[in-house]
Amino acid sequence: MGHETHVEVRTQAQYEYDKAHSRAHMRKQVVNFAIMIFLTFIAFAAVLADFSPTFIIPIILLLAGIQVVLQLYAFMHLEDRSTHMVGVIEFFIWSAAFIAFTFFVAFTTIIWWGNY
Amino acid sequence: MDINQKFTPQTWPKHPEQATLEGKNKLVGLWIFLASDTVLFASVFATYIALKDSGPAGMEFAARDLYELPLAFIMTMLLLTSSLTSVYAMYHMKNYNYSGVRTWMGITVLLGLGFLCLEIYEFYHYVHIGFGYTQSAFSSAFFTLVGMHGLHVVIGLVWITGLIIRNSSRGLNLYNAPKFFAASLYWHFIDVVWVFIFTVVYLMGVLG
Amino acid sequence: MSSVTQKKGFGAHVWDYLTTVDHKKIAIMYLAAGTLFFAIAGFEALLMRIQLMFPESTFISAGLFNELLTMHGTTMLFLAATPIIFAFMNAIVPLQIGARDVAFPFLNSLGFWLFFIGAVFLHLSFFLGGAPDAGWTSYASLSLYSPGHGIDFYILGLQISGAGTLISGINFIVTIITMRAPGMTFMRMPLFTWTTLVSSSLILFAFPPLTGGLFLMLVDRMFGANFFDHTMGGNTIIWEHLFWIFGHPEVYILVLPAFGLFSEIIPVFARKRLFGYSSMVFATILIGFLGFMVWAHHMFTVGLGATANAIFAVATMAIAVPTGMKVFNWILTIWGGSIKVTVPMLYALGFIPSFVAGGVTGVMQATAPLDYQLHDSYFIVAHFHYVIVGGIVTALFGSAHFYWPIMFNRALNPKLGVLTFWIFFIGFHLTFFVQHFLGLMGMPRRVFTYMGGQGWDLFNFISSIGAIMMGIGVIILVIDVLLSIKSEPVNRRDYWGDGRSLEWAIETPLPFYNFKQTPLVRGFDPYWIEKEEGNKEGMVYAEPLGEIHMPNNSILPFIMSIGTMIAAFGALYSPWGDQVQAGTATGAPAVVSLALIIGGLGLTIACMIIRSFKDDLGFHVTVAEIESIEADLANYRATGKKGGNK
Repeated sequence: MGHETHVEVRTQAQYEYDKAHSRAHMRKQVVNFAIMIFLTFIAFAAVLADFSPTFIIPIILLLAGIQVVLQLYAFMHLEDRSTHMVGVIEFFIWSAAFIAFTFFVAFTTIIWWGNY
Repeated sequence: MDINQKFTPQTWPKHPEQATLEGKNKLVGLWIFLASDTVLFASVFATYIALKDSGPAGMEFAARDLYELPLAFIMTMLLLTSSLTSVYAMYHMKNYNYSGVRTWMGITVLLGLGFLCLEIYEFYHYVHIGFGYTQSAFSSAFFTLVGMHGLHVVIGLVWITGLIIRNSSRGLNLYNAPKFFAASLYWHFIDVVWVFIFTVVYLMGVLG
Repeated sequence: MSSVTQKKGFGAHVWDYLTTVDHKKIAIMYLAAGTLFFAIAGFEALLMRIQLMFPESTFISAGLFNELLTMHGTTMLFLAATPIIFAFMNAIVPLQIGARDVAFPFLNSLGFWLFFIGAVFLHLSFFLGGAPDAGWTSYASLSLYSPGHGIDFYILGLQISGAGTLISGINFIVTIITMRAPGMTFMRMPLFTWTTLVSSSLILFAFPPLTGGLFLMLVDRMFGANFFDHTMGGNTIIWEHLFWIFGHPEVYILVLPAFGLFSEIIPVFARKRLFGYSSMVFATILIGFLGFMVWAHHMFTVGLGATANAIFAVATMAIAVPTGMKVFNWILTIWGGSIKVTVPMLYALGFIPSFVAGGVTGVMQATAPLDYQLHDSYFIVAHFHYVIVGGIVTALFGSAHFYWPIMFNRALNPKLGVLTFWIFFIGFHLTFFVQHFLGLMGMPRRVFTYMGGQGWDLFNFISSIGAIMMGIGVIILVIDVLLSIKSEPVNRRDYWGDGRSLEWAIETPLPFYNFKQTPLVRGFDPYWIEKEEGNKEGMVYAEPLGEIHMPNNSILPFIMSIGTMIAAFGALYSPWGDQVQAGTATGAPAVVSLALIIGGLGLTIACMIIRSFKDDLGFHVTVAEIESIEADLANYRATGKKGGNK
């Protein structure tokens, strides 16, 4: 296990390139954050604006979905393809999301006796 | 792995959190756990949705009149911002800047604490006006779902605080880098769940 | 340093097992604990069969019968089959993928102790006022109103042991994803490793709904919440959904590793490569996926509506397709092979027709209209026992014989093995085959007695005789195991002579680090490839001999589990419990209850904090130590004496 640790000294040029790259990446993260705040704002505003619920509910669910994808891929670094076993991780996360979705469908459709 | 190995920003690996096998295991393990936790939240969420309008005959409190959106909005902002600050902490970790990690993680904890205080206030307020845990099926489902998220916040706060205290004097190394990274992933997950809570519980609750 | 050279007292041995993080020792503990609970649950089944042997029997009371049937089902599924499967996973999977240990040895130990403590807690119910009595499904409409603390034991015991199972599942997934030896790509993994991966993923996704559901029932019964109480707006069907969302995958959690075990046994004794490897992998994943989409077929008669019933019926029938693929692949592996009928192979040959019979009755029940007739009858009992005994128990018995040489460096007696097989196998069919007809004749399940003269008497009698035969078979197996302790050690690699995967390439007894050098895997069935090329070492290495890094032992997992048990007692005797307030159960004062909950959880959390504040970097085995251990082992294999080299 110990032998799997690789520490290599980067050249000055590589180091500076990485540093600049990581700074640019951080700027992108701030933009992502701004988008999330914006989406949240729209969701709250849409509800307060008093449109018909059948119109708003799909929209705010969609906004939530977009925010979650942003969190997963930007903030939680799933877009970084050099993450160890990132494909397997994605498979598990999306399986979980799919299973969660079936729960929602089941519990909103077939849980009640009387309503249908 | 030598825990006392000292690094310079130049020898510090590009992906310190996954430079060791232990680190890789830890991160894959945490992701797998988060997948499992997603399903746990999904089952409580689904239960909440199924029960959100039901209570005993003559139930006093309906979701529509209960929730206060301004409070939920402030809580959302606090948690979203804390997500960004923990991204900053990880940014500084990649640059081998420990004081940056400590500062930003500390800010994350403060924002999380703020969120928690508001949640406690909200629960206290509801109980105070008579909307208690055993009041109706709806109240049980609400407190269980949101309380479970609150419990995750508490665990996250204890975890991050513990990491800061434990590593306050020894700086970054390849042993604690994956730990910081895992804690920040967990913190983002708390935010992911909250996105659904404010949408499904509060916004859709107000819509009725 | 070497574990072979030390002479240890009894206390040191106990301490060693309490603190161990070695996957081989944890496997042995899982096997021992699983066998204990298997024996208990089997005994409960025998009591029930004796009661049902004759009409209007008064051997045991109705209440006790309910407790027995609940504990039999719960114990067999959660506390017998699961841990014995975990025993084989722990013992074999790291060897199959060429790893020195699992990804999280500490969590592996924690998983075992949580399971074990939860199981012990559940069984304490027999001595503390009565066992749970609402069936293993514990439907809320029954269990909320069950007097006494029985259901509380069920909830809390399963909550604790379920947490352990979930932790072990995560551990196996990560182990298989990240710890594979160089060259062991996903599509070169042995089938047992594949099924362990898929089954652990099912644990990952199926246990949270159970945890959630149990938690809801816990707060309902003990802290006055209203999830399932219809007078307060609750809905009892939610429990049924949550339970079966867990409960159906649970069947696949158990049966997939059994499929994997047979997929290891059959190629070895047919002496042929497994037929259709990639279709087997595909079928495993597909069964895992479909296993999640069919839970409501347990609820056809609940009244979900025709649309829901139709969707779930079709999805259920679809599972027969990948399962059928697997059956044909096994048959085609045997076909044209040079077959050796050893004890494990005998179990495999018995498994195929028995399991197919159970599967076919499953498709019958998937037909929703027919299920209205079969529901809650003995036909259901016959069906799931054909699947579980014919599929899973045969796999466990067969692989016990198969893997005993690796796990214990001893072999089980083949003559006794054949005897066990025939007595058990005939007893099994006698017991459950006639129950199909009892079901079709209208005998409901879970009844403690019946009137004579309905045409049920003879079949019930036959069924009970079969159950006694199964009991005798198990006793012979236990005798076989006890005799093996004194038998000659195996001291060789590849006990069966035709091993194909990596676990057969290592000489027993295994050193604690498994592989002195990490192997290099050059294809599917790596050991077979090396044998074909005349490699006497059994494997090629991916690295030179070097220092080995191994994890430290720890007592914390045991203490953490004890902490959860203390907290569970606090919740159990909560003064706010429905049954306590109704006066049917004893409660403790609020202070005591809260102190136990906070103290117990506090102990667990304190252990977690100690764990994270104390750096645990493991230890290194130096090259000199490895060479000394290897020399000791070689000497032991040659002379039978321990530590002669020193």
